Amino acid sequence: MIRAAGAILRKDLLLELRTKESVPAMALFSVMVFVLFHFGLDRDSIDGSLASGVFWVTMLLAAVLAVVRLFAAEREQGGIEGLLLAPVDRTSLFLAKGTALFAYLVALEVVALPVFSLLLLGPDLLDAMPELLAVLILADLGLAAVGALVAALAAESRARELIVPLLLLPLLVPLLIGAAKATEPLFRPEAATEHLGRWLGLLSLYDVVFLLLAVGVFDYLLED
Amino acid sequence: MYSKGLKPLSVATVIAIATALALVFFYAPNDADQGFVQKIFYVHVPMAIVSLSGFVAGGIMAIRHLRSGDSSWDVRSYVAIHLSVILGVGVLVTGSIWARASWGHWWVWDEPVLVSFLVVFLLYCVYYPLRFSIEDPGRQARYSSVFAIAAGAFVPLNFIAVRLAQAYTHPRVLSQTGGNLPGEMRLTFLVSLLAMGLLYVTLWKLELTSKHASAQLKRLRRRLEERETVAVA
Repeated sequence: MIRAAGAILRKDLLLELRTKESVPAMALFSVMVFVLFHFGLDRDSIDGSLASGVFWVTMLLAAVLAVVRLFAAEREQGGIEGLLLAPVDRTSLFLAKGTALFAYLVALEVVALPVFSLLLLGPDLLDAMPELLAVLILADLGLAAVGALVAALAAESRARELIVPLLLLPLLVPLLIGAAKATEPLFRPEAATEHLGRWLGLLSLYDVVFLLLAVGVFDYLLED
Repeated sequence: MYSKGLKPLSVATVIAIATALALVFFYAPNDADQGFVQKIFYVHVPMAIVSLSGFVAGGIMAIRHLRSGDSSWDVRSYVAIHLSVILGVGVLVTGSIWARASWGHWWVWDEPVLVSFLVVFLLYCVYYPLRFSIEDPGRQARYSSVFAIAAGAFVPLNFIAVRLAQAYTHPRVLSQTGGNLPGEMRLTFLVSLLAMGLLYVTLWKLELTSKHASAQLKRLRRRLEERETVAVA
């Protein structure tokens, strides 16, 4: 299973490296949204709950772009039949797609976080870096699990581009609560770590629940 | 197939609703703090509880569908979710009225139960576009079931998250579980809850019966048409 997942993941990452479809679009989109927020809020620098809200909502919206495209290659070229005919567990497909999404999100944040701190964020980012990394990794895990599940759910729908954001965003509300609340004290002028454990706990719970759930139901999505 | 027991169930529902209304208006005392408007509690809270239970039940039926491959469980799950969404509109409207009457605002963001309900409601609204944008019937049933399961698991998780997010809550006049209600109010509340539950089950059975009947009618009609074309030929 791991080997099959590895092969699909390698194919996806190679495809992304060659076509440069998802990650550059996500990065460009998030920078664009930061600029929009600058004008929309009419603020040169933000901190605290406003900053963490702007940052996380932008990340979720950028993630939507990747989730919409997650099964695009398989669908357009008919590769999905090949994958389904191959004698491998469907779970490996979920693992591969989830990991690919996780990689895209990490790549996105590598670009978006410095840009955010440069363009909008008032306080210095470096003080709170270790805590922020933990929040980012846990949030990306949850986003990847739910994103891969939603991408597969919407794959057969005629209105895919509409279904993905409508389905993904409400499912991500608990994740947004956890991530934004955990990040809020880190983005204050004097970075603090308030209730960090509680919010990291919530994010971990979310990740575990949706990872297990997705692994459990993924088999039924691509059956025939 | 589904209509068995529908009649006694309907009668029981009517009696329960009548009793609940009588208790609400003539038996339960007016709330000392909020007065008459607090009586909306006997509609709002049972409705919310039944609606959320319906969502979770829809998820459990969806699990049975995926396990057994029997598409009638998918129809059951669909009807359960459909009714819960309709009740959900009622929950949001009555909750909004209650909030306006007791706190002076149509919507309050620091009431965790109401806010989580809104998120759950928004999620379940997507069930319809998802379900009806998949054409193949078998696939439609399977994908809808997967949605129902994921969303059913999301319901408790969302409640935990939203409750955690509230640094403080409004001082509640009543605990929403009915745990510390005075005796008369508790009795009224429990009867209202029973009535709402019965109403839900009756409507669910009724809708299933009608769906089943119209499917059968369609099948018979098709057979008749086939026979006619054969006769003409």
